[in-house]
Amino acid sequence: MSAHVFSNTGVMLGRSIRHVTRSMDTIITVTIMPIAFMLLFRYVFGGAIQAGTSNYTNYLMPGILLIAISSGISYTGFRLFNDMQSGIFERFHSMPIARSAVLWGHVLTSVVSNAISVVVIFAVGLLMGFRTSAGVLEWLAVAGILVLFTLALTWVAMIAGLAASSTDGATAFSYPLIFLPFLSSAFVPTATMPGPVRAFAENQPVTSIVNAIRALFEQQPVGTDIWTALGWCAGILVVAYAFAMRVYRRKIA
Amino acid sequence: MSTSPPAVHVSGLRKSYGKLEVLKGVDFTVAAGSIFALLGSNGAGKTTVVRILSTLLKPDAGTAGVAGFDVVAQAERVRESISLTGQFAAVDEILTGRENLIMVARLRQVSNPGAVADDLLQRFGLTEAGGRRVATYSGGMRRRLDIAMSLIGDPPVIFLDEPTTGLDPEARIEVWKEIQGLADSGVTVLLTTQYLEEAEKLADRIAILHQGTIIVSGTLADLRKLLPAAKAELVERQPTLEEIFLAVVGNKEQS
Repeated sequence: MSAHVFSNTGVMLGRSIRHVTRSMDTIITVTIMPIAFMLLFRYVFGGAIQAGTSNYTNYLMPGILLIAISSGISYTGFRLFNDMQSGIFERFHSMPIARSAVLWGHVLTSVVSNAISVVVIFAVGLLMGFRTSAGVLEWLAVAGILVLFTLALTWVAMIAGLAASSTDGATAFSYPLIFLPFLSSAFVPTATMPGPVRAFAENQPVTSIVNAIRALFEQQPVGTDIWTALGWCAGILVVAYAFAMRVYRRKIA
Repeated sequence: MSTSPPAVHVSGLRKSYGKLEVLKGVDFTVAAGSIFALLGSNGAGKTTVVRILSTLLKPDAGTAGVAGFDVVAQAERVRESISLTGQFAAVDEILTGRENLIMVARLRQVSNPGAVADDLLQRFGLTEAGGRRVATYSGGMRRRLDIAMSLIGDPPVIFLDEPTTGLDPEARIEVWKEIQGLADSGVTVLLTTQYLEEAEKLADRIAILHQGTIIVSGTLADLRKLLPAAKAELVERQPTLEEIFLAVVGNKEQS
């Protein structure tokens, strides 16, 4: 193993971050779409939705953030796929560097770029009336859940980026992920849904994550939701990482 | 005979992709400080050989050593000794030329990456383009940058996989000059090519890879001996199209 893992990863992160900042359209698309959903639900559907809350922007916020991250990670798959296609991946692999740095550069870039879009969405949310009395600990807990969620989905994106045979394949996996919050408690209480939909909504990862974040912002007890949420994120992370590494080893063998 | 150990030694190399046998026992040796050309048509297995030598691919059988290290057992040491310039310019299009060089210098732990980058930009005639994104570069500029990136950290052995494929004649001659310069400075160069002329111009030794084995190898003079001795014939020598092209283009630039 190379002794320069951290230095190598730092160089890779710097490279990949430049890719993000030099194609601002990627940041704009991943923030505009969730913001559009936020506007749509708050100002168009919001009046008719009975969510049992006086501040529907607060209610929306967690789901909107998850949509932003779900679409943001598709660019990670895209960037990794481009590296695989161009000769640069092979150049890195034929150099005396820690090979893991090549993948971790992309993963860390994903965390940083998603954090940027999350902050932008929070700022817009504040303008639209998002308010929270959450203290430092609650904010840290929310940040922790969001980072874990980002890491989990990023490794899913890494599988797509490594295994895809076309750009579309490297990004299309994120569409169902973006759709999941609509089948959850993100926009309406699950209690209003018909039986089978409700059963799905209440038992898929997004609902527990949304409920946990919402409870943290409202300073309500998080109950078991937070453990279910963390369990889902950690579980997806471990499975996706293992699978991505398998695909990676097969690719470089 | 040179007494120094060979820079590259390949023996009995085999590789299959599924049922397709690409290499069927390849043997050759490259003397340190020489230019060795692996000649072959598309699909002959040239790239497979280079990928094995640069530790990107594991052979099914046989051994391959680079700079005295085994490509399988001592892959890390091999990577320290080599540089690969692949078939498609392995440059980062979103970064500038200078940033590409600095990136490689940092990865190779070279001190003073900025100065190393500026030196190479100058040497490869890219100083003015250095601050521009590589996406705006021509094919020849990309290839020059690609080779410049390969030189960082002074690897003693350089693999160039079809370094001039897709380049226009002028760019090709520039790349040839650089390759010659590398060999003059003591670097061992293994290049693959499908252009006979390229092998003829550059290589100290040539090996022809055909259907998975080396069918002939030797110096150009050795290979010439394979054919009947040249007869003196009086033929009016017509300029080649390349000579015409270069003359016309060159004149235009001067005028």
